[in-house]
Amino acid sequence: MDYAAVIVLQVAYGVANLALIGLGLAIIFGMMRVINLAHGEFLMLGGYTVVVATNNGVNLWLAMLVLAPVVVGLIGVIVERVLIRFLYGRMIDTLLATWGLSLFLIGLVTTIFGPTTTTTVSPPVGALHIGAFFSSGYELFLIVITLVLFALVYAVMKFTKLGLLARGTMQRADMAAALGVSTSTIYMITFGLGSAVAGLAGALLAPITGVVPTIGAAYIAKAFITVISGGAAILAGTASAAALLGFINQVVTFITGPTVGEVALLVAAIILLRLLPTGITGRFFRRSL
Amino acid sequence: MMSLNRRTLLKGASAASMALAAPALIGRAAAADPIKLVAILDQSGGLDLLGRPMLAATKLAVDEINAAGGLVDRQIEMISYDPQTTIQFYTQFATQAAAGDRADVVHAGITSASREAIRPLLNRYQSLYFYNTLYEGGVCDMNNFCTGSTPAQTVEKLVPYAMKKWGPKVYVVAADYNYGQITAQWVKKYVADNGGETVDIEFFPLDVSNFGPSIQKIQAAKPDFVMSALVGAAHISFYRQYAGAGLTTQIPLASTTFGLGGEHLLVSPEAAEGMLLCYAYFEEIDTPANKDFIEKLRASSSDEIPYVGETTARSYEGVYLWAEGVKKAGTADRAAVIEALRSPVSFDGPSGHLTIEPKTNHLVQNVYIGEIKNQKIEIIEEFDAQPPSDTLLVCDLDANPNQSTFYFENGLAAAGIE
Repeated sequence: MDYAAVIVLQVAYGVANLALIGLGLAIIFGMMRVINLAHGEFLMLGGYTVVVATNNGVNLWLAMLVLAPVVVGLIGVIVERVLIRFLYGRMIDTLLATWGLSLFLIGLVTTIFGPTTTTTVSPPVGALHIGAFFSSGYELFLIVITLVLFALVYAVMKFTKLGLLARGTMQRADMAAALGVSTSTIYMITFGLGSAVAGLAGALLAPITGVVPTIGAAYIAKAFITVISGGAAILAGTASAAALLGFINQVVTFITGPTVGEVALLVAAIILLRLLPTGITGRFFRRSL
Repeated sequence: MMSLNRRTLLKGASAASMALAAPALIGRAAAADPIKLVAILDQSGGLDLLGRPMLAATKLAVDEINAAGGLVDRQIEMISYDPQTTIQFYTQFATQAAAGDRADVVHAGITSASREAIRPLLNRYQSLYFYNTLYEGGVCDMNNFCTGSTPAQTVEKLVPYAMKKWGPKVYVVAADYNYGQITAQWVKKYVADNGGETVDIEFFPLDVSNFGPSIQKIQAAKPDFVMSALVGAAHISFYRQYAGAGLTTQIPLASTTFGLGGEHLLVSPEAAEGMLLCYAYFEEIDTPANKDFIEKLRASSSDEIPYVGETTARSYEGVYLWAEGVKKAGTADRAAVIEALRSPVSFDGPSGHLTIEPKTNHLVQNVYIGEIKNQKIEIIEEFDAQPPSDTLLVCDLDANPNQSTFYFENGLAAAGIE
């Protein structure tokens, strides 16, 4: 019984983990059609923000929840202004440009901080006792914060003027411009928001995965698989794909082992995209956000 | 035959050009040509954490030997290449070292994959090859000297020690590639040899960083301790998540991979507290030779070296062992140096007394068990002069000098070990 509870918690965490690393990409790739191969590096930068901030005596919660999204969001805005804004509508070109950006960021961070960081950030939430089992309290916290983050992005997109303008601009930029919307500004803000979410995710994961300049590589493939499997609707898509793939990954990992678990995730994604070429939200939840 | 003809031709051509240029060369011919040592160690890519200090240590040894007057009255010229953690570059640079630079000795390779990529190549070109990394054992090759520790030297000592301290039920977590797979088999063998039980073995692809399910499985299996052969940056997450679930104090850890690159400084103090490690070298070895080595290494390296591990010390000692061979042979000629090395030669280095074991071209070396206490390693046991008994099970270069085999490539069963 305890073991069952532990497994349920682990599966929920697997789902939350995929959703968390995918959400920033969903905004940038799903909404803006920019293939952001530097997404993993945005997560990495979020982690480094936490490391640098806590080294300088900043409270860990403040560093994770406020500083990291602000810093990475600003970096996102700069990247959008100097690189991405010349490439809208040219999806393959964004792939090359952001790949270059990803290599540049890895190189830059390695130059500044060295190939490893000697800084250690411990999870700020202690262990959780479930009967005879110990589980990580921080993982439970991550599940909760992922839910909060989804609710927040939903609220911004659905109920604010900015959300409306962003959705309008992404659907028909020319029409939005004709109606007097500064589409260039909207693009910039949206990219910045996507980056900020990625930075937040990276910061939240830093205490349990650690940070090295090359950590982005561990995230990028899973983020893309989740977002592409999810399809057009960014929130519903990312959530449903994360739920499906995360569930399969964790359950298979429990039954067999992590190697087969990873394979199962990929096989599930391939089958899914064979059956639903436009992702889950291409067929279901079509009208959702 | 073709290459022989071409070589004879080239020789003739170079002799002719030498004759023409003779007056210009006479002055220089008096000072002997340098002996060429080529180092191929990753300075970038995923393995630079290990490769950078290894190169710094190699360079330190070469500089020291040169400052002391060189070898057989010749200076050593060190050429280094950065294979960027890419196997393709390894083969490229090994070819360059052997055919282009005409290296007298090549010190190269970190992973077994890189070693196996260049070993046959250097063998074919007859370039003497030193591999200075701890590995899973089993290389049997006259031309290749493996100076790192093997599982018979580390796992064999660590497993019984940990079982005595904590109990006989062992859970193994290992990296899912050649090294992890084979090390896990050695762990299983030594656990069984000591009357214990391996409750489960789990393998993790190198980029996995979510260990939640496995941490729960470990708890369900209730082992007395966990033996880890996890490798690389992503796998450090295991120790963080293990500590995050509060398990470090419940089910202790032992490892023959953790701490090699100073990982105990990368995780929080509580994540590594009490962990048992086993290597042929620890920075904490308390001898004048080791203190001297560490001081000189840190002073000579432009990079900061947070922790000096076995691979770094062995890179330094590897150069010295080869130099002992050259001194004894009186020449840098490959066949004579191999014969001298296997006679055998010894060297007293920072890790203690090292002797080449001539049946396998591996080392008889000291092994140390250390315990992590508040991010420092305390050496708690020392085993003197341990032979590479795993490789000795399959390899006898005295009897079959023409072997060039990696016996454990497909696991222990393939080599006939149960």
